[in-house]
Amino acid sequence: MIVRILGGGQFRVDDAAAAELNQLDADLESAVERSDEPAFTAALTRLLAQVRAQGAPLPPDILESSDLILPHEDSSMDEVRKLLTDEGLIPG
Amino acid sequence: MLMKGTAARMGVMKRVSLVFKAKANRALDKMEDPRETLDYSYQRQLELLTKVRRGVADVATSRKRVELQMNQLQQQADKLQTQARKALGMGREDLAREALTRKASAQTQLDELQTQYAQLQAEEEKLTVASQRLQAKVDAFRTRKETIKATYTAAEAQTRINEAFSGISEEMGDVGMAIQRAEDKTAQMQARAGAIDELMASGALDDAVGGRRDDIQSELDMMSANSDVERELAMLKGEITTGAPKQLEGSAPNGTSQGTQDTQGQQAPQQSQEPGPYAPQYNPQQEQEQEQEQAQPPQQSQQTQPAGLPVSDLPGLADEPQDGDRS
Repeated sequence: MIVRILGGGQFRVDDAAAAELNQLDADLESAVERSDEPAFTAALTRLLAQVRAQGAPLPPDILESSDLILPHEDSSMDEVRKLLTDEGLIPG
Repeated sequence: MLMKGTAARMGVMKRVSLVFKAKANRALDKMEDPRETLDYSYQRQLELLTKVRRGVADVATSRKRVELQMNQLQQQADKLQTQARKALGMGREDLAREALTRKASAQTQLDELQTQYAQLQAEEEKLTVASQRLQAKVDAFRTRKETIKATYTAAEAQTRINEAFSGISEEMGDVGMAIQRAEDKTAQMQARAGAIDELMASGALDDAVGGRRDDIQSELDMMSANSDVERELAMLKGEITTGAPKQLEGSAPNGTSQGTQDTQGQQAPQQSQEPGPYAPQYNPQQEQEQEQEQAQPPQQSQQTQPAGLPVSDLPGLADEPQDGDRS
């Protein structure tokens, strides 16, 4: 599968890594729901590190959309909340 | 769109990707002829490329502004340090304390600017990378676009167009956000930079760069001018008591002319005495004045000097060379 880290490019990640990523993603989401900023930052950092460790960067001239998209490395929780709403942060 | 319960199970990564896809699909739906999508999208890609490059330039401009301010603040901090040392040398601990307090304030600003500088540098780097990635994708899209147009009928092309479009539109959304973030960050820092400019202009950090004389410097100057006067007075008294009235009439440039000039003029006395150690610092003016000094009697040179030398500068320049001369 292809995972994009916003501002960090796309990665091809083996499907076998999905379970682990999903667990980390669940931590991230629960932190957002609890409005727990430190937990959010920790979960996001772990998730991004995992994608980078497991994935291989996709060459930039590949035109493929991603299966999963992760927030920017230095995202605030507020930013991620907006990202999750349709009218949120994505311009255009 | 998404139900709350579903969304919760789906996780952040999937939801964000769905938001991106929804956006791309809505754009696609607006197009009546799928091929039209290709050209329209390509135009927008080129516009975005221009925008991201302009973003890089804007951030670089902000970074340079911060750099300039850092240099100014550093100069001020150095100057205040010198002033503090000088004030302490004159036994004015109060002035030294004031100078050091201002230096600490300048240093705080400097530290903040250093952080900002690093952030702007990081933004600049991110945008540069984003523009390179987008460029690569746009090139790929252009190739794909030509292939699709040449090979497929409008009906056949649909799927391929959708793929290409989704691929690029995700990148465009990503780059668009990067530009937005950089703009936000730059705007914050410009506001901060403006505040620091005001602070420097107010004199709270003492504006060395503008050449304005600050109050610490004025006081130091006045003190050293006063002590010069005292010294000259003592010297004159000495001459009078040893009984040499002829020298006072002006035949001796060293004694008399210097006594009167020191309180208003700065370079001439030391030049007429000893041009050596300070000559390189004041070159053109100095030679001129030296000629004047030699050609004219001291009284005349006293009158001509103030015209060429701003009064506000006089006390400050007066003390330094003289200290060197006499100690």
